[in-house]
Amino acid sequence: MKKLLSGNEAFALGAYHAGVMVAAAYPGTPSTEILESIARFDEVYAEWSTNEKVAMELGMGAAYAGVRALVSMKQVGLNVASDPFMAASITGINGGLVVIVADDPGVFSTQNEQDTRHYAKLAKVPMLEPSDSQEAYDLMAVAFEISEQFDTPVLVRSSTRISHSKSVVETNRSRVAPAKPASFKHDVEKYVMLPVHVRLRRPVVEERLVKLTTYTETFPYNQIIRGERHLGVVSSGVAYQYAREAFPKASFLKLGMTYPLPRNTLRQFAAQVDRLIVIEELDPFLEENIQAMGIKVMGKEFIPRIGELNTGIVEEAGYRAGLLAEPSHRKAALPQGLPGRPPVLCGGCPHAGIFFVLNTIGQRSKLLDARGKSEKEGKLIITGDIGCYTLATYPPLCAMDTTACMGAGIGQALGMEKAGVDTKVVAVIGDSTFLHSGITGVVDAVYNKAGVTIIILDNGTTAMTGHQDHPGTGISAKGKKTQMVELERLVRGIGVGDVKVVDAFDMKALRAAVKSSLDNPELSVIIVRGACSVRLRKRAGYRAVDIEKCDDCEACLKIGCPAIQKLDEQVYIDATLCAGDACTICEQLCPKKAIGPLTAIGESK
Amino acid sequence: MKKQDLIMVGVGGQGIVLASDILGEVALAAGYDVKKTDTLGMAQRGGSVVSHVRIADKVWSPLIKEGQVDVLVAFEKLEAARWSHYLREGSVAVVNNQTTPPLSVSSGTQQYPGDKQIEDILRQWAERFYFIDGTSKAKELGDIRTLNMIMLGCVSSLLPIDIKIWKDCICQRLSSNILKMNMVAFDKGREEMSRAGVR
Repeated sequence: MKKLLSGNEAFALGAYHAGVMVAAAYPGTPSTEILESIARFDEVYAEWSTNEKVAMELGMGAAYAGVRALVSMKQVGLNVASDPFMAASITGINGGLVVIVADDPGVFSTQNEQDTRHYAKLAKVPMLEPSDSQEAYDLMAVAFEISEQFDTPVLVRSSTRISHSKSVVETNRSRVAPAKPASFKHDVEKYVMLPVHVRLRRPVVEERLVKLTTYTETFPYNQIIRGERHLGVVSSGVAYQYAREAFPKASFLKLGMTYPLPRNTLRQFAAQVDRLIVIEELDPFLEENIQAMGIKVMGKEFIPRIGELNTGIVEEAGYRAGLLAEPSHRKAALPQGLPGRPPVLCGGCPHAGIFFVLNTIGQRSKLLDARGKSEKEGKLIITGDIGCYTLATYPPLCAMDTTACMGAGIGQALGMEKAGVDTKVVAVIGDSTFLHSGITGVVDAVYNKAGVTIIILDNGTTAMTGHQDHPGTGISAKGKKTQMVELERLVRGIGVGDVKVVDAFDMKALRAAVKSSLDNPELSVIIVRGACSVRLRKRAGYRAVDIEKCDDCEACLKIGCPAIQKLDEQVYIDATLCAGDACTICEQLCPKKAIGPLTAIGESK
Repeated sequence: MKKQDLIMVGVGGQGIVLASDILGEVALAAGYDVKKTDTLGMAQRGGSVVSHVRIADKVWSPLIKEGQVDVLVAFEKLEAARWSHYLREGSVAVVNNQTTPPLSVSSGTQQYPGDKQIEDILRQWAERFYFIDGTSKAKELGDIRTLNMIMLGCVSSLLPIDIKIWKDCICQRLSSNILKMNMVAFDKGREEMSRAGVR
């Protein structure tokens, strides 16, 4: 049956049909929907793990017990999970262990642009790369077979454009039942990595790589597509699609397995063409590995190593390299001078109020200049974290000084304080991020007597990746009620004395809580609680501006709420974006009391 | 049918991803190869959103090249102008008559383009363009969220695919409690286009 599936849906269905029993992940764009899709199958145990490291360890455990396990994450997730990932390489597995990692070329939603393929070489594990949803589906079965045949975890590298593109999939398989029930076989030399056992395993890992190098020579997803002789293109993943469109007449070596590489196939292909080029996204991973074989090849001289590729970019590179004739038709010009529409916090966002308070108490607006760099100093240092709230960096809120990686804000705040800055330091972190990587920072703060303020923004969901549950919501990945981890009990249990819980939409209470925490020389935690407005089921009481009372002071525009708009010198509220009674932050802030329920004021525009 | 490359653009929260999903399913049901991809920023709501849908006998790249789009479907006027450089010469644009000023306009640092400026930008490439009162029609139907089905109805008037396939695919995708209203919205979109002289 033919279906239109995203790469992520195809991964999930492929793994399900391959008989996967355990799946674990932490949400991360663009990988999130893999676990969401697989959680819908009753026969599979699927969970949102606390973080990627735990997910990887769970996958290892399941694989050690002989069942097929799938772990999925975004590329920076593998940094978090790299410790168990490296360990899984050396111990090997028993049941198949497949790790899908989705890169983000072009940086749509990540703090860096790292190329996951280097991890395959580092960990000495095989890596597969699908170039569309059909291959994402097909390669799952293959990945589990390779994993079990060679006793190794298998890395499957995706990217935003594979994971988040839909293409036609022939779903021609059905679920294969697991061969045997889970059982763990005691084998200390394989599973207990004491140095003496590591020394036994090291040659096994090297021999495995040699065997894989032979295997990949006949791997059916490494394909030669014969075209004209003058140009041979080596490519993989979505870059293959761009290359195929840009060079319709060239010969292709399309690689489905990009580590280890098929040396003989590559030599053979190179000998069949006049000129060999590699078209790949991000780093020259294939190119350098092919060069190391002594094969003459080009690539990154003309293919950009930064950002996402597309057919146009590959064609432009082709013109520069003299591989394509430049067309004569006029080129579309980017329209100039249009106002941008950068991402913003949504209307009714529970993060808006607290950041407004931090902005005003910290006198942050004076930091404003064109590029967010300023010689001036605010009255607060605000170390930030990964989530929707990172958007509070931008005007008008201007309430974030750092963002590095999951949980980093707390450690950074401690570092600044211990370095001796004379400004108060506040760390801001979301609920899901806090559970992922913030807890250890609080333990450090308690143990080392820090005097910072930690603000946990609890919107009851992992919002930016599309509203996944987490330990703090008490709902499992399968949508079932489960034990909830209570944030206030957790931080009190660690030993924080000053813990306050505040309503995210009560501006007076927010201001009072922040002031009191800043006055406290000891460690304090404020939990700001309010539901994500995107999840509001029933909206009522949309706000409106009474133009008779409004004196155009623009205080309401300082919230950065997208529902509050100004056009032709008049501020108004777009009811379709307003969260109404659930929020009312603008009404609380308006000095002229010009904002109230639409029903009381009437349409102002 | 020759190849059709479409982009749907607008503001996060307008239902563009669902509309382009359904368009892709319609093309598959009509027997074509199809690829579709969304380009979204980090935000859940309020950012600029673009969906690429490619329909042909064989599709390679999921992303459409600039200057190759046959049909631009804009849920908001500024976004129509922003993505106009994707249009090929002789293409068609359908634009919802809605103004959603971004923060930079509300705060007075930038100007929202006038209707004439937007038309001039589109006219550089588009052979025909249609301004549709989709937002007000959706409000009349009692739910702003039906806008995406109105816009999809407009698209259906431009592609030679049997109307039954469109309706079947919408039925499969939407839950039954909102189906009726959305079907009315879809037909409204088709009406708007026929009023504008398309078929």
